[in-house]
Amino acid sequence: MTPTELEAPGVTVREPEPRSEDAAVRMETRNLDFFYEHVQALHGVSLAIAENSVTALIGPSGCGKSTFLRCLNRMNDIIPGTRVVGDVLLDDIDIYKGDVDVVDLRRRVGMVFQKSNPFPKSIFENVAYGLKINRTVRRSQMAERVEKSLREAALWDEVKDRLDDPAMGLSGGQQQRLCIARALAIDPEVLLMDEPASALDPIATQKVEELIYHLKTSYTIVIVTHNMQQAARVSDRTAFFMMGRLVEYDRTDKMFTNPGEKITEDYITGRFG
Amino acid sequence: MSTLCAAAVVLALLPLGFILFYIVSRGISALNPAFFTKLPKPSGETGGGMANAIVGTLKLIGLASAASVPAGIGAGIYISEFPGSRTSTLVRFCADVLNGVPSIVVGIVAYGLVVLPMKRFSAIAGAVALAIMMVPIITRSTEELLRLVPVSLREGALALGASRARAVWSVVLPSALPGIITGVLIAVARIAGETAPLLFTSFNNQFWAPGLDQPTASLTVQIYNYAISPYDDWHRQAWAGALVLVAIVLAFSMLARVATRRLERMNVG
Repeated sequence: MTPTELEAPGVTVREPEPRSEDAAVRMETRNLDFFYEHVQALHGVSLAIAENSVTALIGPSGCGKSTFLRCLNRMNDIIPGTRVVGDVLLDDIDIYKGDVDVVDLRRRVGMVFQKSNPFPKSIFENVAYGLKINRTVRRSQMAERVEKSLREAALWDEVKDRLDDPAMGLSGGQQQRLCIARALAIDPEVLLMDEPASALDPIATQKVEELIYHLKTSYTIVIVTHNMQQAARVSDRTAFFMMGRLVEYDRTDKMFTNPGEKITEDYITGRFG
Repeated sequence: MSTLCAAAVVLALLPLGFILFYIVSRGISALNPAFFTKLPKPSGETGGGMANAIVGTLKLIGLASAASVPAGIGAGIYISEFPGSRTSTLVRFCADVLNGVPSIVVGIVAYGLVVLPMKRFSAIAGAVALAIMMVPIITRSTEELLRLVPVSLREGALALGASRARAVWSVVLPSALPGIITGVLIAVARIAGETAPLLFTSFNNQFWAPGLDQPTASLTVQIYNYAISPYDDWHRQAWAGALVLVAIVLAFSMLARVATRRLERMNVG
């Protein structure tokens, strides 16, 4: 696949159509371009993310889906030489405008990474970290909030008797759910997940997927995944990225049964990628 | 091949074994309670000890560490946080140059910087000389260890709304702490045995030095003075002093290992 083929007249980049049955739009990008130095990684991506739903980003490696995800909480800011053109709106406010506080943004838009990254602290301290730095919670309520987050992440029963143990002693799947609990503790509105289950075994993966399914009732979730079945299982809407462009974006059931573009079908059915 | 390597190992360890054996066998006979509790006797009288020199050495180490640890760790953080900047390239280069400056030269600098303006030899001057030697070691080891901390940990903290400074302070630095402490204790072990920079800074003292602005005895200088003296009893005491000095350095190395292990247990679970 070459860029020229992508830009062929037959392939049109679809604007997400507003649908009456969908919930309100929580985040939205408009004509988003992204550059690493002089390399353009995203080309005019416009995508609306619905509230209290799971949006899956799929596409071959290097297609820009992780870059796109990291634009949503300005995580790319920490990489020198990067540049964003276009709008990223959270509740209709452009998060790249000068007066937006990045710290506040990241509190509202949480993130879970591909490789679980618990801090070298105790289980309790890990979950309490976000609460402490944001000073949103009184000391007396800390334990309560930590328990609530661990319960939300379906980890409480496994760790309740060893909250003071080092987090590094947990299994891979438990560590990832701890990272989810840590992100949930500060009550984000949107939760970004970058291949959260790619390093986990099938059973741990299933637990994380069930968790995502439950979490969407209270959070807006955007998940990057390489696993087609996973996208089909957990998401409500799916966006297919290819070479930095959004090729197709639609309801997941439609994307997986009757995609609008031939190239989407080829990717989903495993003909390339 | 493996025989050659084994021979090399023996060759490398032989001097250490030889030094330890020699120092222990010569020094142990002069070690007694008085050595640790009494002041040196005037020349010609037997007995006495090096209590003031032992305390003096610990005082110098403490003062030098108090000055160099914050500076060294701070500079290390700076270099690792702003790796591409001109300043950090300069700081790294300066640290490497400083590391290579002969210790006697550092002593002269401290003499000019502290002794001349104060118009007296003092523990402060000695500590300044030792601190100048410790800073580059701590800076470089801190930088190396901070760089080993995975980026994912920093990103995890930033994604939770931590500022950059907060992420470094509360996540990156604690992750590297076991190694940083080892680096500090290696620096301490390195300067504890220095004589040259003390010769004309803290000088020497046959009595207790009440303040930090007084000439202060140290084990190394005391060993030097006793070893070149013509008295047998002083020679024996010099050996005992060497034994105590080696024990102090060894104690710091062991402390480093224990501290590192304790903290690492928290990190790896």
